[in-house]
Amino acid sequence: MDENGLRELIGRVKRGTLSRRGFVRRMAAVGFTAPMATQLLAISGVSAQTAPEAVPPYPGTRRGGGGPLRVLYWQAQTLLNPHFAVGTTNQDAARVFYEPLAGWAADGTLHPILAAEIPSVDNGGLAEDGRSVTWKLKRGVKWHDGQDFSADDVVFNWEYGRHPATAGVTSGSYRGVNVVKVDDHTVRVEFERPTPFWADTFVASRGMLIPKHKFQDFVGANSRDAPTNLRPVGTGAYRFVSFTPGDTLRGELNPTYHAENRPFFDTLEIKGGGDAASAARAVLQTGDFDFAWSLRVEDDLLRRLESAGRGVVSYLPTGGIEHIQLNRTDPNVEVNGERAHASTQHPAFRDPAVRQAIALLVDRDSVQRFIYGRGGVATGNFLNQPPRFASPNTRPEFSIEKANEVLDAAGWVRGRDGIRAKDGVRLRFVFQTSVSAPRQRTQAIVKQAALRAGIDIELKSVVGSVFFSADVGNPDTYTKFFADIQMYNTTMPQADPQLFMNQFTSWELSTRENRWQGRNITRWHSDEYDALFRAAEGELDPVRRAAMFIRMNDLVVGSNHIIPLMNQRLVNGHLKNLRPVLSGWENTLWLLRDWHRVA
Amino acid sequence: MAGSTPVSATVSAGGAPGVLVTPEARRPPISPWQDAWRRFRKHRLAVVCSGILITMIVAVLVGPLFYRVPIDGIDFSVRLQGPSWDHPLGTDDLGQDLLARILYGGRISLAVGFAAMFVAVFVGVLVGSLAGMAGGKTDAALMWVTDLFLSLPQLPLLLLIIYLFRDALTGVVGPEMGVFILIVTIIGLFNWMQVARLVRAQFFSLREKEFVEAARALGASRFRLVWKHILPNALGPVIVAATIDVAAAIIAESTLSFLGLGFPPDIPTWGRLLFDAKDNLDFAPHWALFPGLAIFLTVLSINFVGDGLRDALDPRRVK
Repeated sequence: MDENGLRELIGRVKRGTLSRRGFVRRMAAVGFTAPMATQLLAISGVSAQTAPEAVPPYPGTRRGGGGPLRVLYWQAQTLLNPHFAVGTTNQDAARVFYEPLAGWAADGTLHPILAAEIPSVDNGGLAEDGRSVTWKLKRGVKWHDGQDFSADDVVFNWEYGRHPATAGVTSGSYRGVNVVKVDDHTVRVEFERPTPFWADTFVASRGMLIPKHKFQDFVGANSRDAPTNLRPVGTGAYRFVSFTPGDTLRGELNPTYHAENRPFFDTLEIKGGGDAASAARAVLQTGDFDFAWSLRVEDDLLRRLESAGRGVVSYLPTGGIEHIQLNRTDPNVEVNGERAHASTQHPAFRDPAVRQAIALLVDRDSVQRFIYGRGGVATGNFLNQPPRFASPNTRPEFSIEKANEVLDAAGWVRGRDGIRAKDGVRLRFVFQTSVSAPRQRTQAIVKQAALRAGIDIELKSVVGSVFFSADVGNPDTYTKFFADIQMYNTTMPQADPQLFMNQFTSWELSTRENRWQGRNITRWHSDEYDALFRAAEGELDPVRRAAMFIRMNDLVVGSNHIIPLMNQRLVNGHLKNLRPVLSGWENTLWLLRDWHRVA
Repeated sequence: MAGSTPVSATVSAGGAPGVLVTPEARRPPISPWQDAWRRFRKHRLAVVCSGILITMIVAVLVGPLFYRVPIDGIDFSVRLQGPSWDHPLGTDDLGQDLLARILYGGRISLAVGFAAMFVAVFVGVLVGSLAGMAGGKTDAALMWVTDLFLSLPQLPLLLLIIYLFRDALTGVVGPEMGVFILIVTIIGLFNWMQVARLVRAQFFSLREKEFVEAARALGASRFRLVWKHILPNALGPVIVAATIDVAAAIIAESTLSFLGLGFPPDIPTWGRLLFDAKDNLDFAPHWALFPGLAIFLTVLSINFVGDGLRDALDPRRVK
């Protein structure tokens, strides 16, 4: 589809001959994410009021009366300040009490929460030049302690989040923007340059708002000392009762909640800990809990548990990608005392033939069919977003024969033990990932295939709480990547690829200097990629911007330093009589206020 | 001397040297080991269990030579199958043959168990006998060390040691051997305390016994006293403790595998097999059942054998 076709479609939506939903579907067919498509409409002057079908209607006729809601997270929550919420479990825990201005519904449209309406060019919220967005706040919203919610709170969150000494995980959403209070119930977000993706600040998981009157004395260096970090005071449908970090979080109905007849449940309990398989059992088989988060276990098991008839498993498309990384740097050499220093090159992976061979040795179809099942879709793209956004240019292939040919042609000769070597470099790699049944199965499948191509792989599994921790002292974290190969899932919490794709830019390299907080874990980079990324940041034309991201994806995948495996789906389990409102673009508990039970 | 002639005359007159000897004495002398074996045989369960144990050991040692199915051959067409002619103990979820994996894993699990036991018994006996013989300040100091080790939190320390030394060691001897040495050393070094206390207590009681006093009066050296007289008599409880150590080591190894800190995940030790199988217990019970049975039989057999050995090696027990 070219620019003219696009403009014509937008025109039809404006005239009312094409529904918004129909437009989004058509855009998906040519490779736009639903959120991008709706933003496109907004920029083009079609108001982006929430489509009625975006969120299922809430049938409740009175507040409360629903009894307890028991939710199980096999990864326990540890803190309750959204600005410090590393990982989705902590974000979810904070989301129970704190709310953003708007969230992403399952179809990628914005759903107002603390905003009175979604900004658009029509309602004057969105500037035509893409340089500012004005949010109108909902009136009559009260914090749990009875104080009024106002524009001052919103502006305060910007000041709090962007303060360098606060060192919050939300800082990316608050830096580079300016926030102005227009009146008590209106704020304006101003951008340095035209910004195609305007709905980041104050939206969704990184946009949760904390009260100024509780946090104003704790901005910057002492931000971690605020007592409210562990005793949240928010605007959410449930208010805080008690919290044991790493174990249980309790809440109760908020009688002054700003949306009528909500919430449904009287009390809320979020229990943390255990593992995915036992969580699945606790909901699907024994019914001890109403809802279990992220049932990342083999699909066979879920099917069998579902057949017990108590609960169901729900699947939601996400941008999350389970992928294999081949280290660009050498983890076995120290430069200035730093392993995998950015200036080094991996002795084997610097040969493109070796990387290509490994990519050929990954049997995605078997992994999908026998391990992930309904939980993932085999893919050759890193950037997948809804089905068709994927680059059409990648051709993933599994062929041991071809891998052998490639290695033979590149001069890697089999030794007496059958392992290939060249110039004293043996094809012997350490392959690490977290402890998780599907991942260990996938490791075994890759190892088997590699052995038949003369590559010896040593498998290593690191317990998840270490592998995914930000612990600077531990060498086994994925951000350090002190191994040759590793595998994990990168989530895409936002419905736009801009932040997702920054993980291959040269300024995001994960090094000792930034305490391995950089997002570029393989430390692969290229000038062309950097330039494309910079250009896409300011590109207002959605078609050209999409083409740029497709090219970025092709560069990354083409290097074979990144070998995509599965486009993950969100897998949750719940009792048959529970009606959770979920979205693949959001935290699991993003619309907890609408959850209810049916008879 | 005068007395010597008639004796030799009598002997030569009888024609054969043994004629004058009483019938009881004519029976060939019974060594202590034969005596032990006699007593051991009376413990039926111990005999049966040592048979099982030997079968297990032989099976894991020579089994893979005859049963040549690869331990890691992935075949999705036969995944999660129960026992059949092609796969006598069934397959796991990647279609890998369980019998081959159990045989291979048994080598590792048994080797870990026995090696760790030897480390524990060696250290324990050494510390215990030193303390028991020396007494006084040495004894006090050694018992403090023992108490210290007993009070150390085992698991965190294990994690720390593995974290500190695994990479260094695997770099030298390879991942499997490196982890093996680490695990054996660590498990061994954390299980010697019971043995040391037992040995010390035995030494305290034995060294005051009459036969030891007699040996001492005959001028036996201290080392000889320990080696020939006290230690053999103290071995009974040590052997029982040692058998418990073997079981503990096999189970400790599977705990480590559970935490992702044991052998690499593709090495099918019995603990790892159980860990992999646990999520599928309800619909592929064979997967967990067979390695579980292997651990169960081994541990049980070792315990009964230990029981039998204690009876057999205890000279005061009359049966």
